[in-house]
Amino acid sequence: MAELDDAADLFEADVLVIGGGTAGPLAAYKAKSANPGLKVVLLEKANVKRSGAIAIGMDGLNNAVVPGFATPEQYVREITIANDGIVYQKAVLAYAMRSFDMIRELDDWGVKFQKDENGDYDVKKVHHLGSYVLPMPEGGGVKKILYRQLRKAQVLISNRYMATRLLKASDGRIAGAVAVNSRTAGVLVIRAKAVILATGAAGRLGLPASGYLWGTYENPTNSGDGYAMAFHAGAELTNLECYQINPLIKDYNGPACAYVGGPFGAYTANSRGARFIECDYWSGQMMLEFRKELEGGNGPVFLKFDHLADETISEVEGILHSVERPSRGLFHEGRGDNYRRDMVEMHISEIGFCSGHSASGVWVDEHARTTVPGLYAAGDMASVPHNYMLGAFVNGAIAGEDAAVAAASTELQSYDPQDVETERARMRRLLDNKDGLPANQVEYKIRRFVNDYLQPPKITRKYEIAQKRFAEIREDLQRIVARDPHELMRALEVHSILDCADMAAAASLFRTESRWGLYHYRVDYPEQDDENWFCHTQLFKDERGAIALKKRPVDPYVVPLESGEKGAYQRLRIPAPV
Amino acid sequence: MSFAENPSEFPVKIDQGKCIADKGCTVCVDVCPLDVLRINPETGKAHMRYDECWYCLPCQLDCPTKAVTVTIPYLLR
Repeated sequence: MAELDDAADLFEADVLVIGGGTAGPLAAYKAKSANPGLKVVLLEKANVKRSGAIAIGMDGLNNAVVPGFATPEQYVREITIANDGIVYQKAVLAYAMRSFDMIRELDDWGVKFQKDENGDYDVKKVHHLGSYVLPMPEGGGVKKILYRQLRKAQVLISNRYMATRLLKASDGRIAGAVAVNSRTAGVLVIRAKAVILATGAAGRLGLPASGYLWGTYENPTNSGDGYAMAFHAGAELTNLECYQINPLIKDYNGPACAYVGGPFGAYTANSRGARFIECDYWSGQMMLEFRKELEGGNGPVFLKFDHLADETISEVEGILHSVERPSRGLFHEGRGDNYRRDMVEMHISEIGFCSGHSASGVWVDEHARTTVPGLYAAGDMASVPHNYMLGAFVNGAIAGEDAAVAAASTELQSYDPQDVETERARMRRLLDNKDGLPANQVEYKIRRFVNDYLQPPKITRKYEIAQKRFAEIREDLQRIVARDPHELMRALEVHSILDCADMAAAASLFRTESRWGLYHYRVDYPEQDDENWFCHTQLFKDERGAIALKKRPVDPYVVPLESGEKGAYQRLRIPAPV
Repeated sequence: MSFAENPSEFPVKIDQGKCIADKGCTVCVDVCPLDVLRINPETGKAHMRYDECWYCLPCQLDCPTKAVTVTIPYLLR
């Protein structure tokens, strides 16, 4: 039986970055580069060398705003339309303005992007309107390159530490965080003048159709800890009802063809081999059409390569089987599938929160600031929509630079020691339990209920049942047995997963309309209702500690839409021949 | 403790003859994003301690002696 290390270590920093995946390393690097005198700490649950959503690299940029192909304003319009108009445009524009400079900086660091014969970036069109996809067939080494930069900048890296709760001063300003070591169960209190959350998506919310807990689209360590920490710290979260649901290979967590296969001529097809959507770019509307086809008479849905030349397919395989999800070839081999001969069956993923592909998350402005003073968020867990890897880099950079300025003019805040005690007691109980529930069974049950009741189409009564079941399971959380520090980490992750499930249910019930295609398709409110719901939904913790929601008006656009553009993503289905 | 021992086929297999963990190597343990690999104190070799695999392959790709083989977990095959 592992003991909680009661001699809590205390550590002081200027800027604390939580999460060493994609946004986190950039935040830490930029904070340190902006002001080398600052003590910048990067906390990571695994090891920064291989962690987060891009542990094994990335095969392309999905939102590159490259001069000659697109302007920042065009990009802002596309993302606004793809999200049914509910975006905080200033944050999207802040990303778009820095997108190209970030590509060039990554290029200087050694990240390889596809270039044409003139040495220019080889941008492809995948989106409905503009061209933003820049392939990275040799993008496997991204994490190692980032790691090198972090070492060069002398960022302090703490691997194997899982942050579990944020600490605040009595005036509401951020004061630091509590973390626990996943190997020793040692508790660490980190005081910091600014804290940047970059803990990735809530990827372990729904259960993959296979029932395998770890077969998620997102890296399963991205268990929604950041959403839970932000909520408990009193930050506002936005549009959590806008779920992430992705088209994937059936039973394999690899994305389908849009960004990699699309530019080579591959496409999403029905069982007759026919296209049914105009555009394979992932959006809620696209997913709604995907689901209709999947469940309809022409279903299921397939990824179609078999019409392409052998050498083209070999080139695509060279990318798909080596970068981002390199075990994909092994999976196809096991089932005897070959892109040259077979269409590959596709399916829709489990639900999750992830602004990388949708529009939900911890609310941030154009400086990556949350609603808690001194607390920032970036990457998949922050609310800048359709942000992907490049957005995580850029918004991480924005957060790091702003936090460096804030830290230089702030003192360390005092926190309430009782908050640390409460957190310590939460952990100690799990380690002290001699008898009780294994974390994986509690997790399985939560996630199965998420599938049974929360997966769209959303039905009010089912959501109410889910809330009842989740409340029952909340009683079980303290009965989880953690036999060692690793199991303690998993048990604490299950706590975050239940928090996220509760937030998903509450946010979905609040918005009594349908929006974002499949992401928020409410069967008993099937129409989009702009009169009442053209707004963000802000979720926060009320004074009783319960989930509360309110509306936030959409800020006036800084990039107006052109007439006729608005409905573009509503017209994705290919019309039936007359 | 009332936990049952359930049999499971581990997706990560380590060739004990090739593994050099007993010479101080911890590469696979370090790079696993899910932190499920450990050095077995009895054999001095790496092994899969927790059955929680994302079949993402850093352990296999980064192993200096090619001792690690990852298979797709049975439930997904």
